[in-house]
Amino acid sequence: MSIGHTLLGLLESGPRHGYDLKRAFDERFGHDRPLAYGQVYSTMARLLKNGLVEVDGIEPGGGPERKRYAITDAGVTDVEQWLAQPEKPEPYLQTTLYAKVVLALLTGRPAADLLDTQRAEHLRLMRELTRRKSGGDLTDQLICDHALFHLEADLRWLELTAARLDQLAAEVTR
Amino acid sequence: MTAAEPLLVATDLRKTYGRTPALDGAELTVRAGEVVAVMGPSGSGKSTLLHCLAGIVTPDSGEVRYRGRQLSAMSDGERSALRRTDFGFVFQFGQLVPELTCLENVAMPMRLAGRRRKDAEALAATWLDRLEVADIAGQRPGEVSGGQGQRVAVARALVGDPRVVFADEPTGALDSLNGERVMRLLTEAAHDTGAAVVLVTHEPRVAAYSDREIVVRDGKSRDMERVS
Ligand SMILES: Nc1ncnc2c1ncn2[C@@H]1O[C@H](COP(=O)(O)OP(=O)(O)O)[C@@H](O)[C@H]1O
Ligand SMILES: [Mg+2]
Repeated sequence: MSIGHTLLGLLESGPRHGYDLKRAFDERFGHDRPLAYGQVYSTMARLLKNGLVEVDGIEPGGGPERKRYAITDAGVTDVEQWLAQPEKPEPYLQTTLYAKVVLALLTGRPAADLLDTQRAEHLRLMRELTRRKSGGDLTDQLICDHALFHLEADLRWLELTAARLDQLAAEVTR
Repeated sequence: MTAAEPLLVATDLRKTYGRTPALDGAELTVRAGEVVAVMGPSGSGKSTLLHCLAGIVTPDSGEVRYRGRQLSAMSDGERSALRRTDFGFVFQFGQLVPELTCLENVAMPMRLAGRRRKDAEALAATWLDRLEVADIAGQRPGEVSGGQGQRVAVARALVGDPRVVFADEPTGALDSLNGERVMRLLTEAAHDTGAAVVLVTHEPRVAAYSDREIVVRDGKSRDMERVS
């Protein structure tokens, strides 16, 4: 999952300090793997260099944890593009997709469209695998079936999430 | 056959049962020879949409046109004639006549259309063969497996050379291997004969046999080719 885009998305609702960003990330997305401070600061340094964030204020005392970051217009555009672009369908996308849905809800973007765009992308690949399967030998069939079952699981998750979007929106924006 | 010719066009369909809105502005266009998957949660209106498209249910408002003719402007007799000559149907189960053999079941639509028994059964036999169930021709539906029964049902739907096959959860009662076999044979046969297929399913792997997909939610349809 793209830590940079996720941190950027979290910044969209307002400037935050590095430690505050890490806490927000861990609360929402870090259930099994909290971010290391080093990872936060190296990511922020890269975003700063690329002009996607700017330093909005520094508290006395020095050190990277004292910096307050704000998203730039270029940063907002970057989040926008990331959310609109479907992920390449592959197994175990769930963490990225979940982060995208939550960030879309937090930033007031159409999360249902994001899910549908991804769904269409998944089904496109499933069709291609199905075609490949009908023209292939048993080995091809078994390989395609493995991918198809995983993609189907993802697609069902997209469906279920779409059906619970109102509930999720109420929870994340609470 | 022109690939882009719209066969069936449904616009702004609305249908309410008592207080339950089953369709709330659904639309769908089916072109000759294409396989369109209709997906969506249970109770979202998929079957009602299919029934409206096939002229089985009349919508409260909106219209369905088949080759330019509005279905609701036809008489009941014209509509049922159209269903016999131009449409084929496959349901989840229960569509075969239990007292008849599989061969007689497939021959039945042609017998109803006035074909001689010998001709009808000869053609039925070629369709059973094509659907890989020639060996059970003499058995009754109750004596064959679910997958075999559905392949007989597909043969019966296609034997009259329909322009549109309506399939409502055709694999719903089958395991995945049998379900996929039915889908492969159905889509291959439809492709060979140029029939379009409207395929209602809630299974993504079944929908993957389609050329395109629409999703029905709360009686509204969304064309998934047109998302952003
Ligand atoms: N003949 C009927 N009488 C009353 N309610 C119906 C009838 N057919 C469908 N409904 C209702 O309309 C809604 C849509 O049903 P249906 O089209 O069967 O959905 P789906 O096929 O997507 O599961 C549901 O709430 C269902 O209960
Ligand atoms: Mg149904």
